[in-house]
Amino acid sequence: MQIPMRNKLQNPGILHRIENFLPKLVVIPTIAVAAVFIYGFIGWTTYISFTDSRLLPKYELVGFHQYVRLFTNFNLFPPESRWSVAVVNLLIFSVLFIVLCIIIGLLLAIFLDQRIRGEGFFRTIYLYPMALSFIVTGAAWRWILNPDLGIERLIQQLGFGDFTFRWLVDSNMAIYTIVIAAVWQSSGFVLALFLAGLRGIDDSIIKAAKVDGASLPRIYLRIVIPSLRPVFLSAVIILLHISIKSFDLVMVLTRGGPGFSTDMPATFMYAFAFNRGSLAFGAASAVIMFLAVMAIIIPYLYSELRGTRNAR
Amino acid sequence: MRGREPVMVGERSTGAVIGRIIVYSILIVAALYFLIPFFVMAMTSLKTMNDIRTGNLISFPREFTLDAWGKAWSSACTGINCEGVKGYFLNSVQMVIPAVIISTLIGAVNGYVFSKWRFKGSETIFSFLLLGCFIPFQIILLPMSQTLGVLRIGQSIFGLIFVHIVYGLPFTSLFFRNFYVTIPDEIIKAAKIDGAGFFKIFWKIILPVSLPIFVVAIIWQTTQIWNDFLFGVAFSGSDSQPITVALNNLVNTSTGVKEYNVDMAAAIIAGLPTLIVYIVAGKYFLRGLTAGAVKG
Repeated sequence: MQIPMRNKLQNPGILHRIENFLPKLVVIPTIAVAAVFIYGFIGWTTYISFTDSRLLPKYELVGFHQYVRLFTNFNLFPPESRWSVAVVNLLIFSVLFIVLCIIIGLLLAIFLDQRIRGEGFFRTIYLYPMALSFIVTGAAWRWILNPDLGIERLIQQLGFGDFTFRWLVDSNMAIYTIVIAAVWQSSGFVLALFLAGLRGIDDSIIKAAKVDGASLPRIYLRIVIPSLRPVFLSAVIILLHISIKSFDLVMVLTRGGPGFSTDMPATFMYAFAFNRGSLAFGAASAVIMFLAVMAIIIPYLYSELRGTRNAR
Repeated sequence: MRGREPVMVGERSTGAVIGRIIVYSILIVAALYFLIPFFVMAMTSLKTMNDIRTGNLISFPREFTLDAWGKAWSSACTGINCEGVKGYFLNSVQMVIPAVIISTLIGAVNGYVFSKWRFKGSETIFSFLLLGCFIPFQIILLPMSQTLGVLRIGQSIFGLIFVHIVYGLPFTSLFFRNFYVTIPDEIIKAAKIDGAGFFKIFWKIILPVSLPIFVVAIIWQTTQIWNDFLFGVAFSGSDSQPITVALNNLVNTSTGVKEYNVDMAAAIIAGLPTLIVYIVAGKYFLRGLTAGAVKG
């Protein structure tokens, strides 16, 4: 790039001033949209959660009434109210979902990192479920887990005549069907995260450990896996975020049923706000979800941003 | 994904050979775990209902038939309508194309400003915008449905396009900003000294190198919007439902005899566009996934 002699910056005219304002002008619409549709709406929902709105929004405040309702009979083990069922389900789901995705993702990443012939081929297969929506995933697993014609029939035809597998319609087990489908959909993504992490590890450390006579499993347990700590953190945050928002899979697999045994906060909110005409109550549950997500995301973003700034 | 030489399991001893066999076996079993559900869907969609009742999940169809596909496309009942998923598929197409184009273009300009034309407070504004990537959408569902009603675009494809643009902007802005940050500031400064203005620099210097990030952003937005269910179910009317909502209605319908072959054909139809995107442009797909997931 040539640097010419004359310098336009030295004689600022009106054109130049417009030019200076242009960047701001261009992002103003987005800023306005974000202010209204993100922050304004968060404020609106929060406000509504302090009212007694039913089918239509009302604006007289009634204090923490809806939150008190939400946490009345809030007993987790065993859960009593519908909200506590939703919270317990979220806990069960997120713990199993996160643990299983990380185990499958990490193991497959380590195995894929062994100079595998056809690595790209395997990776393509492991990751394709990520391209499918939760609705398609749920439709597939709903059929596979079908109480009569699904896995139950398959195992019976393999010679186990009295095999039963009816989790989808069993209110104690139905939540696990959602875990099964979700893990199938998302574990490939966790694998991709770990694989990227593994490829970023300095090879010389591992070679040195090998020279010292350390066995491979030991090298992985003592050196490789501990150095993947940031990847673990990202994976947990992302999966937790997916868990709290999970809605689609529940709707397509069980509709929250049988009864409301597979309700989660997101389906709870939808049911009360859109189907049962309890705007304020639904809004209160949305606020709780929002606070939960923010409690996880803000510290994480803060540390991430600070980290990258220090690195620069 | 390439950086360092992968670690090898031992040398070429007998133990190493056994080790290789174990590694490959595990990888193949894992591949089957991921492939079998799709195989089941495909097989089921090609069977007759009679075949389904007598066979099992992984049995081959005794006679291959595309009847279920035809029915899923043009005559299956999703809720009250019995016109297949064709119309809903087109709804999704009509929704995705404008929403992706608009949100990507605005995101590109935003990213350009937030990386190359920073002004006082722009970093703070950007981090507030970024937070929009992470909010659970339940927190905006109620006011948005009120607002769409006021704007008279409730229960319409226009409304859905609008919503997807608004909540896609944080992501697209993030993608472009993070990409443009890697372009050296010196080039921009030199162009400014040359007398090039805001749009000229964007047009002549930034856009020509932006193809990869456009691909990433377009793929990300297309997949997100095509696969969306929450906005679709909350904001669409019976004639503007996207394919995900129609598929959900189809598999959850309780009237009449359940036709699992039709369900599976419809599910594959609903998944095909994003699957094709993934197969054709997997590299960019993954890049968007890791960048869009949480990275700041």
